[in-house]
Amino acid sequence: MNFQIDIGGFIALYIFMVTAFAGWVIIGRVPAILHTPLMSGSNFVHGIIVVGGIFTLLNATTPLEQAIGFIAVLLGAGNVAGGFAVTQRMLAMFKTSGHAAEHHAKHARPGKRAKPTAVKAIKAKKA
Amino acid sequence: MLVTISQAIVGSIDLMAAFLLMFGLWRMSSPVTAPSGILVAGIGMLAAILASFLYVFSVAAAARSHLPMNIGLAGGALVLGVGVAWWGGRKVAITAMPQAVALFNGMGGGAAASIAAVELFGLKTHGAIPLTVTLLGALIGSISLSGSIIAWAKLDALLKKPLHLRGLQVFNGVVLLVALCVGGYIVLTTSTALTQVLPVPQLIEIFFGISLMYGVLMTLPIGGADMPVVISVYNAFTGLAVGLEGFVLQNPALMIAGMLVGAAGLLLTMLMAKAMNRSVAKILFMSIGPGAKRKRSAIKGSLKPVQASDAGIFMRYAKSVIICPGYGLAVSQGQGKLYDFVKLLQAAGVSVKFAIHPVAGRMPGQMDVLLAEAGVPYDLIVQLADINEEFKTTDVALVIGANDTVNPEARTDKTSPIFGMPILNADQAKKCYVIKRGNGNGYAGIVNPLFYADNTYMVYGDASAVCVAMAEAIRGLGAPAAAA
Repeated sequence: MNFQIDIGGFIALYIFMVTAFAGWVIIGRVPAILHTPLMSGSNFVHGIIVVGGIFTLLNATTPLEQAIGFIAVLLGAGNVAGGFAVTQRMLAMFKTSGHAAEHHAKHARPGKRAKPTAVKAIKAKKA
Repeated sequence: MLVTISQAIVGSIDLMAAFLLMFGLWRMSSPVTAPSGILVAGIGMLAAILASFLYVFSVAAAARSHLPMNIGLAGGALVLGVGVAWWGGRKVAITAMPQAVALFNGMGGGAAASIAAVELFGLKTHGAIPLTVTLLGALIGSISLSGSIIAWAKLDALLKKPLHLRGLQVFNGVVLLVALCVGGYIVLTTSTALTQVLPVPQLIEIFFGISLMYGVLMTLPIGGADMPVVISVYNAFTGLAVGLEGFVLQNPALMIAGMLVGAAGLLLTMLMAKAMNRSVAKILFMSIGPGAKRKRSAIKGSLKPVQASDAGIFMRYAKSVIICPGYGLAVSQGQGKLYDFVKLLQAAGVSVKFAIHPVAGRMPGQMDVLLAEAGVPYDLIVQLADINEEFKTTDVALVIGANDTVNPEARTDKTSPIFGMPILNADQAKKCYVIKRGNGNGYAGIVNPLFYADNTYMVYGDASAVCVAMAEAIRGLGAPAAAA
């Protein structure tokens, strides 16, 4: 068996088209409140370029190629780690208040419930 | 045999990683599921990175003798890059998030451009189409790298003023055209028997030089308030560059992840542009220059300054308050102090909500993150379209460090540069307090009639300090009396 991947021009276009469409649909669902984490999250996702960097560096034959390949892996690794660190930090900060049930009935997709651990009750309004 | 097995393993892990990255973004559709989403994506990414070291079994014959050295370099670069960026990402202040995102994004663009450089200098791509794709990825990646660095410098206030030069737009167009011509020439001269004017390596150097320069020139004239669009655009650019290099390296995981981000960046860019009622092209290529500044139009009314303590006490006895935060809140880092004040209001029975304009701040959704950091529950944070009708029935609109996003001129004045931009209807509230550092105009350089309206009162001072003063005034009243 042969596991060599061979993507011709048209197959590439098909992959790009389907992915772009999927991306548009997936990102369209994200509420505006999460746009900053979304942006840094998608920033993290394109950090996968580090995989390409490692491939390129492993195949380097001249000092110039090694030097540029080193930079590629370094920058890619920075992209991945930094993107993940800031996204995870930001998402951990989003908390809902006591009346979570009411909120989720209105905004969340059906079938999803707030995790009790993520719910931070604020003091009930004085009556 | 070993080659086949390693290829099978890398192939399967990359397939899984591509799925997990998509699934991770899918879970970002709600603040409840989003934290697990980024975790899922992280697991996929980690697996893909670790699996990529299995490429050692299938390296080209020429590179085999360099393998020990290359593995060492790759490991070193990985550890160094991850270490520094992780430390930086953990430490960076939440208010500095736009800068951080711009910087990490530039790194991705740089990595894509570097991979393209290795491919080009090593003459590893054969055929006109792969070469064209490599060059295109190199161009977009380089623009994203240098442009993101300029954006970072602007956001970090290292570069203060947008550059306005006569004819810069035309010059930029020429630069881009030259880059495309050099790229086209490289394709022609290597794939056909065209005579070479310059040796190819030199042409490639020129190509990268021009591409990097274009990124700088393109970003310099763009002002601070347009940054949400710029960051989205460069995010899309890096994604696109990654996708293109993925094709060159024949790695579908890279193609999928890159294109996914490309689509995400495009969508966000269009959302931001729509929220500003300007086309993406206008934001990127036609900045609001000093020339766009108009004469001060006749505005009725006067600025009425009040003390922070008076404003605080008035809001304490109001029924409902809507807060419209802007970039000024981020600058003064007053989000925590603001929420302290809000908690006092809530304890006194006042209904408080936060109204967020899509382009408030320096990146999409920056205000939401800022308030989340302070501990504001996200169900108190309402987006423009959902809250704008409520201003009419609200006692107090509190504008903090925002200007253009609450400028009623956008509704009425056809000659205004921001005409048609949806705004928060702060002027329709019964009373409006504006916390502002001074009498300066907004980013667009437009006078804001809201500040002169009969029901508007100005509280001058740093947002953070004003919030403290307002909170103290309420505390000074003693324990909240039982509200009706």
